Amino acid sequence: MTQVTATDSTATTSGRVADRLGDSALRPDGIAKVQGTFAFSGDLSADGVLWGATLRSPHPYARIRSIDITGAWKIDGVTTVITAADVPGKATYGLINSDQPVFASSYVRYVGEAVAAVAADHPETCRRALAAIVVDYEVLDPLTDAEEAIVATAKIHPDGNVFRHQRIIRGDQQLVGEVVVEGTYEMGMQDQAFLGLEAALAMPDPGGAGVELYVATQWLHEDQTQIAACLDLPIDKVRLTLGGVGGAFGAREDISLQVHTCLLALHAGRPVKMAYSRAESFLGHVHRHPAKIWMRHHADRDGTLRRVEARFVLDGGAYASTSPAVLINAITHAQGPYKCENATVEGYAVRTNNLPCGAMRGFGVVQACFAHEGQMDRLAEACGLDPVEIRLKNAMETGDRLITGQPILNVAPVAECITRTAALPLPDEPVGGHDGDPLRLPGGSGLTADRGHIRRGIGWGVSIKNLMYSEGFDDYSTARCRLADGTVALKFATAEVGQGFTTLAPQIARSVLGVAAVVCEPIDTTVGSAGSTSASRQTWMSGGAVLGACNAVGDQLRAHQAEVWGVDVDQVVLEHGWLSATVRGEVRSVSVPDVSQGQMFEATFEHHHAPTEDLDENGQGNCHTAFAFVAHRAVVDVDVELGLVKVVQIATAQDVGRALNPLSVLGQIEGGVAQGVGLAVMEEIIQIDGIVRNASFTDYLLPTMLDMPEVVADLVEIPDPMSPLGAKGVGEPPCISSTPAVLAAIRDATGLDLRRVPVRPGDICL
Amino acid sequence: MSDPQFYSLNVNGTERQVADAWLGESLLYVLRERLGLLAAKGACEQGECGSCSVTVDGELVCSCLVMAATAVGQPIVTVEGLAEPGVPTDIQQAYVDAGAVQCGFCTPGLIMASHALLESNPDPSELEIREQLSGNICRCTGYGRILDAVQRVAVQRRQAGAL
Repeated sequence: MTQVTATDSTATTSGRVADRLGDSALRPDGIAKVQGTFAFSGDLSADGVLWGATLRSPHPYARIRSIDITGAWKIDGVTTVITAADVPGKATYGLINSDQPVFASSYVRYVGEAVAAVAADHPETCRRALAAIVVDYEVLDPLTDAEEAIVATAKIHPDGNVFRHQRIIRGDQQLVGEVVVEGTYEMGMQDQAFLGLEAALAMPDPGGAGVELYVATQWLHEDQTQIAACLDLPIDKVRLTLGGVGGAFGAREDISLQVHTCLLALHAGRPVKMAYSRAESFLGHVHRHPAKIWMRHHADRDGTLRRVEARFVLDGGAYASTSPAVLINAITHAQGPYKCENATVEGYAVRTNNLPCGAMRGFGVVQACFAHEGQMDRLAEACGLDPVEIRLKNAMETGDRLITGQPILNVAPVAECITRTAALPLPDEPVGGHDGDPLRLPGGSGLTADRGHIRRGIGWGVSIKNLMYSEGFDDYSTARCRLADGTVALKFATAEVGQGFTTLAPQIARSVLGVAAVVCEPIDTTVGSAGSTSASRQTWMSGGAVLGACNAVGDQLRAHQAEVWGVDVDQVVLEHGWLSATVRGEVRSVSVPDVSQGQMFEATFEHHHAPTEDLDENGQGNCHTAFAFVAHRAVVDVDVELGLVKVVQIATAQDVGRALNPLSVLGQIEGGVAQGVGLAVMEEIIQIDGIVRNASFTDYLLPTMLDMPEVVADLVEIPDPMSPLGAKGVGEPPCISSTPAVLAAIRDATGLDLRRVPVRPGDICL
Repeated sequence: MSDPQFYSLNVNGTERQVADAWLGESLLYVLRERLGLLAAKGACEQGECGSCSVTVDGELVCSCLVMAATAVGQPIVTVEGLAEPGVPTDIQQAYVDAGAVQCGFCTPGLIMASHALLESNPDPSELEIREQLSGNICRCTGYGRILDAVQRVAVQRRQAGAL
C-alpha cells in the first residue's frame, strides 16, 4: 500500500537524472518556474508587436442593428479594427457543432460575446478604441431558464434551443423498489479559474500567406483546424506552438482568442498579442454546466440498488461547445460506481442566453456524481444502513455493466477504494484545533464563529469516471523518439498545462531505453496530434505513444546490434540501458549511449485506444473507453448559527492503476480536491437575467491556503492491463466525489436536507 | 498617451530608467512591459491573487495595486532579484523538490511571499504559514506541497543555524 499524506516529505532533492517510472521525478521546468524565467504565453512578445483587444456584448440577448467602427479608426495608435465582415473563411467555430460566431453580426446571445476587435500600440489605446465603437443593439428578452429553453417556442438560435436530448432505457421499466427515495439536486456554474489568463502571440507570414501562433491551449491540432477554417488558410499555413500554459482545467479546450489574434495580425501585417483580463476571462471561456438533476432510486429493503430513474437538465449557455458530450458523460454515469440493472434516464443539454458552458475537470460526471451520491445517502438512511455500508453493498466490480449495457473491463476496485478510505485516520484535532486559535474555526480570519455553535460532520462520496473520449471518437496520440549520441529527444504535441507530462515522458524513455539524458522538444504542430490534454487521457494516450515510440527505437537498437554481433535479433536483450547477447558462447554487452554514438535511431508511434460506439436511441452501446474510481470522506465543522463551513479534512483512496510518479499523482489529488471543495462551499458564477455579477477574484471566491483542508491520500495501485503503462488518468476523479462528500458532511453536521452546491451561509443558518 | 514621463526605479539593486511612460501605469505593467522583468505575473489585477507579489522597500506588495511612479526612490525586489538563473534560493529549490510547482503561474508570487514569511518568522507554525500565504492563490496544487516546501526550508534553516 502506498500511502501519501499531506505532510509527506519523501521526495528527495533535485539532480536526479535517472528517474524512471514509479519514481517521483521532479519537473524539468521546475527551476525555470520558481525563478520566473519560464515563458508563459502572456510573457511572449516580438519586435513591433501590437496589442489586441476584443469588444464584447453587454447584453445577454440583442439584435445588432449596426456597428460603426469609424470612431475607433480616428484614435492615434490604432492600426486595425475588425468585425465579422473581416473574417475571410468560416464565420463560426466550435468543438462539436461549430455554432459560435468568430464575431457576432446579427445577434449577440450572451454577455461577453465578441463583436469586434482592435489592434493598437498600447492596451490603453485599445481600451479607448473599443469604447469608440458604436454598436446599435435592439435589446431582447433573454432566455435564461434551462427548463424553459426545452419548451419555449421562440428559438434563440437557428439550430434551436436543445443541443442534445438523449435517453437511457435499460431493463425493467416498471420495477418499483421496496424502498424508493427521490430528490432534485442543483449545481451552480463553476469557473476553471486557471491563474494564467488567456494570452497569445500571432506572427503573420510575409504577404499574409500564413500565420504562426503561440498560445496557451489544451489541444494544438484542434485549434489549428478550427483557426485555418476561419482564416480560409490551408492547415499547414497555420502553425501553432504551445505558449507556457498557466493551468487549464477544461477552459482552454475551446477557441477563445486564437482566431481573433491571428486575424488581427494578418490584417495589421505585424505581430499581435492578446491577453485577457480576469474579468474578460470569465466571459471569454466556457464553464462547468449548471445542472438540475432529479433522481429516483429503487432498492430492496436490504439496500440493494435495483433501478435508477433520472432526469438531467444541463444549461449549456449560448453556444454548443462540448455540451452534447458533457450530457452523455453525465447521463451514462447516473448510476455511479454501483451495480444497477435497470434504468430510465433522460437528459437535456440546452441553449440559453447564459455564458457558454463546456469542458471543466470532471466533464458532466461531477454533476451526475453530486446527484447519485446524495441519493445513496438517502437510500442508506431509508434502509437503516450507514453511508459506507450502502456503498460497499452495491460497489461495482470488473465485469459489471453500466446502464448503457457497457461492461466494465477495467480494474474496478470500488470496494477497496471505500475500505481504504475508511481506514485512513480521522483528524485528531478537536473543533478549533488543539491550540484554540480562532483562525481554525469556520469563517477563519473573520473571527465571527462561536465555538459553542459549531457542529462537526462526516460525509462520503464515491465516483466512477470515464477516461479518454467517447462515442466513436478516435482521440489518438502521436509521439516521436529520436536517439542519437546517447541522448533521447522526445517530440509530441501533448499540451503541458501543469499536469506534468513533460516530467512523465522522460521517465518512460529512461525506463525503456535506460538512457539518462532525455529532452523534450518544443510542443508544436510539426508532429502529429496528441489529442487534448483533458479527460484524464494524456498519461494513457500520450504515455502510450511515447512508450510505443521508445519501444520501436529499442527494437531498432536490438536489430542494429544483432547485425554487429552477427546473431539473431531475438537473442539481443535490451535491459537497463544495456544491449546484451551471448555471441559464440561469450556474453557481450554494450550500453545504449555507446551504440548510439554517431548513429541515429528514430521512430514515430501513434497510440489508439480500442474503438468505441455511439449510443442507440435507448442509450445503449459501448460508448466509453475506460474507467477509474475513487472514494472521498470529508470532515467539516459548521457554525450552524452563521452558516459558516470549514472543511477540516478530506481522506481519499484513488484507483490510479500504477503511480508512475507518486509525487505528481499526489499533486493532482490535492489540486483536484481543492476544486471539489471550492465547488462545495464557495465557487459559483452568479448570473442574474444573463448578466454576470461576479467576474472577478474579489467576488468569485476560490479556496486559499487557509480554506484548504488537510488531504490524506492513499493510492490504490492495481495496474490496469488495458492501459499501456498500467496507469489510469488521475486528474479528474479527485474533484468529482469530493464535492458530494463535503455536502454530505454538512448535512451530517446540520441535519439539513441540502441539495444544492455551492452551499451558501443562508442555506444553513436561515 | 499625454504627458509622457521619465523617471527611474531601483529594481533588484539597479537604477532602471522608465522612459516615455504614462504615469498611471502600475508597477506590474512597468516591470513587465517597460523593463522586461516578466517573473511577476498578472492574474487578477485586484490584489486578490498575489501572483504579482514583489517587495517595495522591504514590504511585500501586489505590484498590480502600486503605481510605478510612487515607488521611485525605494528599493524594489522581484523574483529575478532573489538569485542568479540556475542558482535557486533554498525556498525556490524546496518548491521544486517538494512538488509545489505545477503550472507555475502563481509560483513567483508565492516564492516572494514565502521569502517574506520566513524572513519575518523563521519558525512559523502550520497555521501561520497558511495565514501568511493566504493572499496567494494557487489553482493547481491545493497548497499541500507548498506547505511542505516552506516547512522544509524552515527546518533546513534552523538546522543550518544550529550547526
